[in-house]
Amino acid sequence: MNRDWPLWEVFVRSRGGLSHKHVGSVHAPDSELAVRHARDTYTRRMEGVSLWVVKSADIVASDPDQAGPMFAPAEDKVYRHPTFYEIPPEVKHI
Amino acid sequence: MYTTEMGKPDPAKVASIGGEDPALLEAFEARVAADEFIEPKDWMPDAYRRTLVRQISQHAHSEIVGMLPEGNWLTRAPSLRRKAVLLAKVQDEGGHGLYLYCAAETLGTSREQMIEALHSGKAKYSTIFNYPTLTWADIGAIGWLVDGAAIMNQVPLQRTSYGPYARAMVKVCKEESFHQRQGYEIMIAMANGTPEQKAMAQDALNRWWWPSLMMFGPSDENSPNTAQSMRWRIKRDTNDELRQKFVDITVPQAEFLGLTVPDPDLVWNEAKGGYDFGEVDWEEFYAVVRGEGPVAKERMEARRKAWDDGAWVREAALAHEAKRTARAAA
Ligand SMILES: [Fe+2]
Ligand SMILES: [Fe+2]
Repeated sequence: MNRDWPLWEVFVRSRGGLSHKHVGSVHAPDSELAVRHARDTYTRRMEGVSLWVVKSADIVASDPDQAGPMFAPAEDKVYRHPTFYEIPPEVKHI
Repeated sequence: MYTTEMGKPDPAKVASIGGEDPALLEAFEARVAADEFIEPKDWMPDAYRRTLVRQISQHAHSEIVGMLPEGNWLTRAPSLRRKAVLLAKVQDEGGHGLYLYCAAETLGTSREQMIEALHSGKAKYSTIFNYPTLTWADIGAIGWLVDGAAIMNQVPLQRTSYGPYARAMVKVCKEESFHQRQGYEIMIAMANGTPEQKAMAQDALNRWWWPSLMMFGPSDENSPNTAQSMRWRIKRDTNDELRQKFVDITVPQAEFLGLTVPDPDLVWNEAKGGYDFGEVDWEEFYAVVRGEGPVAKERMEARRKAWDDGAWVREAALAHEAKRTARAAA
């Protein structure tokens, strides 16, 4: 049996205005200690102003083997991009 | 070094990729050859996974055991500044170990399994940490030479093919530079101090030079797994290439200190644009790999003691959480 403390994924907001970004993980018995361990492990040099921890087991991920079919529908829809549309050059600010 | 193949090569393991699905293997090889990153849930050959688990956990163990020789001097650092610096460095090394254990865990091993392997003597760690730190000058020499050699090896690993390992290396490399510079600063102070202090600096260089060169692992002709590891971009340079690079940049740093590198065969070779240097004592290297280093036993005793003494804390924290959860549910 695995007697390790549960694993938590750690997300750091490096400064105000930016999103939290995944930086790694820590083992901790509970959420409070997970935040403390995350601080000691990932923010020893002012790398962040805010931390999130999420139990690794609670993360639901897409299947990498299905990445093709999963993300392909976007590939043939070039009309979702502004460059698809032809606008005469004399038209400005569009 | 921290990450070289230090166990005896096992031909059966290298050959075992023969058992993999050829189509999957080919697709994998193509991705790696194109410098794509492999992520935890991607398909990978079993031998790739096993090599990585061994290499990353070995690297993690080295960071953790590496705290011991320096921790030994924390209470005796000669000033408050030096003490704060050394404490921060030792804490960083603990952090490096944690980044790396996490990276290894994404491959399907557990923290407990890895620590068990270290404490039972099954897992290897860098030979360098089985040498004692006898004087304060050793702390300077370690930062300068040992962290210097570590940087040399770790910088190319930032582009290693396994994503979590590469990302851990990026974080580690950002932090290593301070380690080396604080060590060299200690060496500058000692080399420019009293004659006794300068002699201590020279003595530290004498004792740490060859073990530092051993950190790059066996010579290329004795590293049969290197070719496979380089093909899989687990390794990006050979042991001898890195060792040469290390000698070339470190010798001028020793000269600046006015210290002598303890190698009578050391001579600049204009034609190759690098130094020729003496042969590492491979007998000694393999003896230390086998666990016969001067303080190998003490190191493992210290690790086991720390683990055993902390057992009640790990258990109490879990019991506390279980109780709190039960109370919340009631
Ligand atoms: Fe380190
Ligand atoms: Fe370091």
